[in-house]
Amino acid sequence: MRGIMLVLLNRLIITIFISIFSISSFAEEMNTNYLKTKWSFKGVFGTFDRASLQRGYQVYQEVCAGCHSVQHLSYRNLSEKGGPEFSVEEAKAIAAQFEVEDGPNSDGEMFMRPGRLSDKFVKPYPNVEASTAANGGAYPPDMSVLAKARAGGADYIYSLLLGYEEAPEGFELDEGVYYNKYMPGNKIKMSAPLMDGIVEYADGTEATTAQMSKDVTAFLVWAAEPHLEAQHRMGFKAIIYLFVLLTLVYMSKQKVWSRFGSKEEPEEETFDRAERVVTKYEGEDPKTFK
Amino acid sequence: MSEKYIPKSKFAQWFDSRLPLLSLSHHLKEYPTPKNLNYWWTFGGILTFCLITQIVTGVILGMHYVAHTDHAFESIEHIMRDVNYGWLMRYVHANGASMFFLAVYIHIFRGLFYGSYKAPREVIWIIGVIIYLLMMATAFMGYVLPWGQMSFWGATVITNLFSAIPLVGESITTWLWGGYSVDNPTLTRFYALHYLLPFLIFGLIILHIWALHVPGNNNPTGIDVKKNTNETMPFHPYMVMKDITALLVFIIIFFWFVFFAPNALGHPDNYIEANPLVTPTHIVPEWYLLPFYAILRAIPSKLGGVIFMFAAIFVLVLLPWLDTSKVRSSVFRPIYRKFFWVLVGTVILLGYLGAKPPEGIYLVLSRIATAYYFIHFLVLLPLLGRYEKTDPLPISISDPVLNKPGFVDKFKKAAAQYEGDNVGSFK
Repeated sequence: MRGIMLVLLNRLIITIFISIFSISSFAEEMNTNYLKTKWSFKGVFGTFDRASLQRGYQVYQEVCAGCHSVQHLSYRNLSEKGGPEFSVEEAKAIAAQFEVEDGPNSDGEMFMRPGRLSDKFVKPYPNVEASTAANGGAYPPDMSVLAKARAGGADYIYSLLLGYEEAPEGFELDEGVYYNKYMPGNKIKMSAPLMDGIVEYADGTEATTAQMSKDVTAFLVWAAEPHLEAQHRMGFKAIIYLFVLLTLVYMSKQKVWSRFGSKEEPEEETFDRAERVVTKYEGEDPKTFK
Repeated sequence: MSEKYIPKSKFAQWFDSRLPLLSLSHHLKEYPTPKNLNYWWTFGGILTFCLITQIVTGVILGMHYVAHTDHAFESIEHIMRDVNYGWLMRYVHANGASMFFLAVYIHIFRGLFYGSYKAPREVIWIIGVIIYLLMMATAFMGYVLPWGQMSFWGATVITNLFSAIPLVGESITTWLWGGYSVDNPTLTRFYALHYLLPFLIFGLIILHIWALHVPGNNNPTGIDVKKNTNETMPFHPYMVMKDITALLVFIIIFFWFVFFAPNALGHPDNYIEANPLVTPTHIVPEWYLLPFYAILRAIPSKLGGVIFMFAAIFVLVLLPWLDTSKVRSSVFRPIYRKFFWVLVGTVILLGYLGAKPPEGIYLVLSRIATAYYFIHFLVLLPLLGRYEKTDPLPISISDPVLNKPGFVDKFKKAAAQYEGDNVGSFK
């Protein structure tokens, strides 16, 4: 029985692996060897690099925010733990740079006021239609969960930002459409958004295209998953705890089961009985049964 | 178990004679289980855990979710960002669905392997198939609630299937939608049903367990055990401890997904808000529905596809009568055992094909796999029951031949030699 069980177990493990592979191969169907870079937030202990997130916010604000909204982020998120961790004063100052429509006031009028921490990020356009119309018929997607909404995630966004090239010979491009190596179909309506030095980093980091791409991608990953660090921390603790618990439970289970086992016949007798059964069929000749 | 249980204290006796809750808990505690149950038998308990987890996290999510096409997507982001541990609840719920199906597939294939659907356990099996069907409906409707692109288009594709029904199809689809397309009325009714069905599943699980407790558990040898002998052990603490051990291993895998790969099993497109004007390049359901999706698309006609898809599940209801072999466990069915693994491979292949576009080699393969799936149940099983030469069965589950590796083979050889072709039983 035990032998059969092991074979079964092996087969099951193999089949599960095959199926997981087929699932993941499907998930990464579009994966076309994205550019690789080291992400600090990947892995079991992954955390964000604060400075990189702060720079990423700057790139977002100065370059992307003209067209792309991040409507699910609030200004308060900028100062919260696990994010760029701007000080509360800095975050307040950032929020105050924006005009937010509020109201109606006691006269029934809508009015504009400076942004507060509790406000959502101000959108560049009032609605999807306005945004589409202003961008040549292509809607610049909201970037709140962009890192989760694209196969390849961070690697894809990073590669896309660095993937602008001259279109190959004979590749037809319409007016206002650009060639990008990593865009599915290779046609993109966004012109290359980054070029060296387009942003002057407050912390003095050299603003190369690669650096800015990396920073803004990290920012977008955080925007999509603001509790990522808490998630990793809790996951690590939970799994360690479960392993300890599993060990204890398994030991108790063995102990409990041994109570039952002790009532059974000793090893010797089992052997004798087995031999008797086989002898019944093989006759008295003991040579065949060793 | 065998003698009637009488509570100790007078009050308990008074209460128990009016509502026998104490007798019930005594029964559950003492319920005799075969001592040779292996870890594949722990998935019943694991599935109960999955359902309870889904209900608890689901109720909490329901407090924050807004079932409206304008707010559903946003409310999910609200849960993920602003609700305390909302991200945890949602990731446990979303991955919990996948783990639920992983466990249920193992549970079903365990039943297939060890012949647990055979007399006298047909009713348990059929209730199980109904639970599985309800689970698929619940999971499908749950996937619609975030109102992402896959939610919307998945709902559109699946509800459109009903339009294939002759004459009344269009009306049924309109009735399901509550309008002329998937829209707010569809979302709100899916939400209501998604909340309701788990409780129906819960009720059916009680029936499933009740029906199980009449004949008792099957076991890896498929031989009936003698109850209340040293062949069985009380459910508590023996099986409880074993179930908890297996459950913890399961939770570790579950949590690995929740904390370190929470979106690995979902589709990225579902993080794009539903847009009726933009169709995704590939509309694919969640992984656990893919085998049926492959069958649906393998059939050239729409109505035919729908019929075959539902038949693929319904054929399981007939299984206890399609498999005519008297021997339950495939441990003693050398030929069925091989076909069993071919079936497992076929279902996984169908799952893989369900994720691929229905064209070229994928379409050819999914037609072959679909045909094989039905042949397995409708042709192979009845034939095997008649012609398969099964291995000799041990006398009981404590037959010593079962404990020593290699003995079984010797035993079979010896038996074949002395009993010729009539080998059926060693009694």
